[in-house]
Order: sequence, then structure tokens, then C-alpha cells
Amino acid sequence: MSALARPATAPAPPRRRSSGIRRGEGLAGWLFTLPVIILLGVFLLVPVLMALWVSFSDWNGNGSPLSPSVDFVGLRNYADLTTGNGLAERNFGLSLRNNLWYVLLVVPLQTVLSLLLAVLVSRRLLRGRGFFRTAYYFPSVTSSVAITVLWLFLFSNSGAVNAILGRLGANGPDWFNEPTGLWAVIAGWFGMTQPAAWLNQGGFLEVTPWEWLQGPSIAMFAYVLMAVFTTSGTFMLIFMAAIQNIDPALDEAGMIDGASGWERFRQITLPQLRPALFTVLTLGLIGCWQVFDQIYTGTQGAPGKTTLTPAYLSYQASFGSQQWGDGAAIAFILFVIIVAFTLFQRWVLRDRPVSRRRIRAYQPKAPQGGAAS
Amino acid sequence: MSAVTSSRRAGARAQWTRVAGRILLYAALVAIALVYIYPFLVQVSTSFKTEADAANDPISLIPQTWTIAAYRSLFQNSAYPTWFLNSVIVTVFVTIGRVFFSSLAGYALARLHFRGRGFVFAGIVAVMAVPGVVLLIPKFLVINQLGMYNSYVGMILPLMVDAGSVFIMKGFFESIPVSVEEQARVDGAGAFRIFWSIVLPMARPALITILILSIQGSWNELAHFIVSTSDPNLMTLTKGVASLAAGTLGSGTQYPLKLGAALIMTIPIAVVFFVFQRKIMNSSEGAVKE
Repeated sequence: MSALARPATAPAPPRRRSSGIRRGEGLAGWLFTLPVIILLGVFLLVPVLMALWVSFSDWNGNGSPLSPSVDFVGLRNYADLTTGNGLAERNFGLSLRNNLWYVLLVVPLQTVLSLLLAVLVSRRLLRGRGFFRTAYYFPSVTSSVAITVLWLFLFSNSGAVNAILGRLGANGPDWFNEPTGLWAVIAGWFGMTQPAAWLNQGGFLEVTPWEWLQGPSIAMFAYVLMAVFTTSGTFMLIFMAAIQNIDPALDEAGMIDGASGWERFRQITLPQLRPALFTVLTLGLIGCWQVFDQIYTGTQGAPGKTTLTPAYLSYQASFGSQQWGDGAAIAFILFVIIVAFTLFQRWVLRDRPVSRRRIRAYQPKAPQGGAAS
Repeated sequence: MSAVTSSRRAGARAQWTRVAGRILLYAALVAIALVYIYPFLVQVSTSFKTEADAANDPISLIPQTWTIAAYRSLFQNSAYPTWFLNSVIVTVFVTIGRVFFSSLAGYALARLHFRGRGFVFAGIVAVMAVPGVVLLIPKFLVINQLGMYNSYVGMILPLMVDAGSVFIMKGFFESIPVSVEEQARVDGAGAFRIFWSIVLPMARPALITILILSIQGSWNELAHFIVSTSDPNLMTLTKGVASLAAGTLGSGTQYPLKLGAALIMTIPIAVVFFVFQRKIMNSSEGAVKE
């Protein structure tokens, strides 16, 4: 950005290309950036273009996708996934259902938890601050493979989680083998076991309304808990940094005005955490739509395809079933979904002009009440 | 008189509330810390248990009978040492490449004036926006096309450049004063000379940041190795342990073995974390402050 603005605004240095002490800078600049440009070009730009071609072709994995025997099939792969009425469409629909619920649960949970942790460990008079920070951050540094292995053990039928639930008198499920949806399980506690008939008819992307609505399977929910466990530390650091930058005088002013702890947090701290909140939500959203490692290491889509995600399905369609066109098309649809969600969230969190009601609330009621200005 | 005692009583009550609040706060913090740490303690102890013990008592932290059977079979009956070695090779080369290329490009983008600089930077930012998972199939296509499939080159080269690291380095170089370099330039030093012997030593904090990110990123990488290799001799820890999780070794649940495998793989990254702990905790603070 500054690079674009410099010629107009910066007083020094004028661009003399062939003389003076800046001689040779143009060449050096290109030489310095060349490795990055080449590698990003070859392993990022070219691949994307090639995959775009594959998503419009009938390439089946034999030979090169650029060979003349591979044909252009237009939007057929995309149509397969969205209106094909076949297995491809149903798998894709299920993967979207699974991942959507994953996003809807993980993003709010990890954001709230990491904010809470950051607020707790940012208190000025806290003994053992370093210990608590380290403890909360540690799960974030481990690899998703190692954590998944641990999770498969903890949440196995005879695992630690069920052992603890058992001591509390509850009967834990066989987490990673339980395809029933979370909301369906909860509805079952209240005696609702059979969905209304209309919920089993029709549907979107070959997935019935009941399947959409019953929520993430218990297996997927175990992944939700894992994601919250491993990401809250990272996001805690982002919030901690933002909290550190808040002027303590503001909080003290609120205290003098007699605001309670919660009011101070809600009215003084939280508004200033907006940029951090924005970062955390964006990173969370992008990350949550890309679940792959955990599924590959763990359940590979089972039980009952309830842990299938678009990323894993894309891999499976290509490397497993040799449906490369479908696989590439899923990847691009996923890309569009991520961009769309990010834009939507930007729009929701945009800077809004303060409403008239809010302004009135800030207006001093008595002549001496200037603290709220 | 009565007003004084009542106010004193109110003061005592406020004091009491504060103490109770403190106790509650610490209790909550300790409870959460327990939830975050306990799984790893269970992992350590279970890896020293027998399989029956692991199934019978999954929450105890002390094995009924200590055994290193899991580790022995890991190192004798599986290719674990090979996986470990491959992970080390990949991590070392990727990190050297990333640190060098990112700082080189970051410096050029921050300090050197050349035609098309804005364009290059915009391109790098655009690349950062592409989600990695979307690139799974594309990367395979290119690696295959270039004949790098099943080779260290195909495993290492694509990971060597990271747009995010370039971004961090550029930001850092823009934050340090330009005067020292100008002096060197007047003295007739070339661009690379200035970069190598003057600027780079000043960039230590940022270099450590991308060093940590790179070690962690490449050591924990899985997806890229899935699409760039199929040769068992090129398996890394992530891929190997993932294959163990799917249960390709022996019979039974094998939990001690799997947890031991995951534990050893976590140790190097935990060491990096504890060595640079202060830096990790402070770097994000400093980075945002500026």
C-alpha cells in the first residue's frame, strides 16, 4: 500500500534509475523478490489455473490433464454436485451440512472462550499469570494429527471422557461412532424421537430437511470440542494483545462513575476490542471451513458420512474415486463459500453510524455529567 | 454513631466480597487449566500403560504396571525412526528457505525502489487470501506435472515460500530506521551486502517470529505430504502417525502405542515452544502495539 502511495507523498527519494547511490536498486529489488515470485507462481498461481481447467474437464487421473485426450465439459462437474440428483450431489450436500454446523458451533464458542480467557489472564493483579497463559496456549502448538489421536482415545467408548461422565452418573455415548445429530439427541431427552413426516420429504442437495436440522452428529461434535480446545489459546493471544493496548485510564474513569465490572467490560472494553474480534472471527471462519487433517486422521467421514467435510470430500473424490473434475469443482465451490462468509461477516461487523437512541444515551443528563462525552 | 458502625460493616462486607471473588477467580482459572493440561498428562501416562490397563482405567495418571512395550514396538516394528528423520529433513530445509527468502523479499518490498513493487506486493497479499485446502488437488497436479511427485524436492520446495512470512518481514523492515543503511550506501556497499551484514542482524526479533512459525508449520504439516508423496520411505511423522491412527499396525486398540507415537511427535514442538515461550507470548503484544 505504501509502495503505491510513495511517489506522490514521500518527499525523498526520487526514482533515479541509472545514477546516484540508488543505482542498481531496481535490479536488486527484482532479484530479491524473484525466489518468492517464482515459487508462489509455480506452486500457487499455476496450480489454481490448472485446477480450474480440471474442474471444467473430464480428466480421470490418467496422464496429464493438459493432454489433448482430455475434453472440456463445461459446467458438468459443477452441475453434478448441485443438481445431479446422484450420489455426488448427496455427498456434497451432506458435507456442507456437516461443515456448516461445525462452523456455527465452533466460531462462537472459540471466540467467547478465547475472549473470556484473555480477560481473565489480563488482570493486572494476578498471581501465576505466566502459568495460566502457558497452560491455555499449549494445545495450540501441537499438531492436528497428534491432537486427533489423543481425542480418539479420550472420546472412545471406554475413554477418559466417558469414565468421568460415568463417575457423575451419566452414560456417555460412543462419541466417534455415533451418527445421530446433536439436536436430535437433545430432542430425544424430551421424548421427541420421530420427526414430523414432512421433514423427511424433499430437501436441498439431496439432503432432507430433517437431516439438515438435526445438527452435527455426536462424532462431529467431538471434533467441535477439539477445535475449541486447540484454537482458543491462539485467539486468546490476539485478544490479550488488544486488551494490553487499552488505556487503563478509561476503565478507571468508568470505575469512578460507578459502573459495575460487567458494565465496564460491555461499554468500555468490548467496543475497543472490535478490531481483534474481527480478526478472530475472520480467522476462525476461514479455518473452520477447511477441516481436513482431523477428518483424515480420525473418522474419514464415518459414521454415516456425518463427519464428511467439503475439503475431505474433495480429496476423497479426486484421490479415492478418481473423479478429479468433481474434486476440483468442490474445491472451488468451497473457495467461493469461504469468500462469501468472510464478506458477509465483514458486512455484519461494519462500522455503523451511531443510532439516534444510542446518541441520546450518551448525552449528559445533568450539567456536570461530562464524563460520557 | 450507628452510621459509623453500619458503614464499617458495609466496608467489611465489600472486603469479604472481594476476597470471595478472588477465590472464585482462581478456582475458575485452575479448573480451566486442568481441563487444558489433563489430556496431555493422560497421554503421557497411558503411553506407559499396558493395553488392558489403558482400557480399564483411562483417567488414572499412574500406570498400574509401567511398561515401555509401546515405545519398543514403535521403534522396532514400525518405520517410526524413518518418519521422524523425514520430518526433521523437511522442517530444516523448509525453515532455512522460508527465513532466507521471506526476509530477502520482505526487505526488497520495504526498502528497495523498483518498478512493479506495488504489483508484486499486491500479488503476495492476494495469495495470502487463498485458503490452503483449496490448493490440495492443484498442488498435486503441478507437482506431478513437474515430475516432483514422491521426492524431497516436491515435499520441500512448495513449502519454502510463505506469503505470510514475507508480509511479517516487510512490516518489520518498515518499522526500523533507515539511517544506518543510508550510511552504508554512501560508503558504497551493494544492496545484498547491506541486507546481509547490516539489516539482517537488526531483524532478529522478526526472524525469530517467522522461525517459530515455520518450524511449527512444517513439522505439523499433513495435507501437503498427502498430495505430494505416496512412497512409504518418504512418510513424515504426521502422515505416519495418521496411518497408525487408522490402525495398520497389529491388532487391538493399540492406544498406548498410538498415544506414544503422538507424544514423541509433540515433544520437539513443545521444546521450541518452551524455549521461545516469552517471545511467543510477547511478540503478538509488540506486533499490535506498533
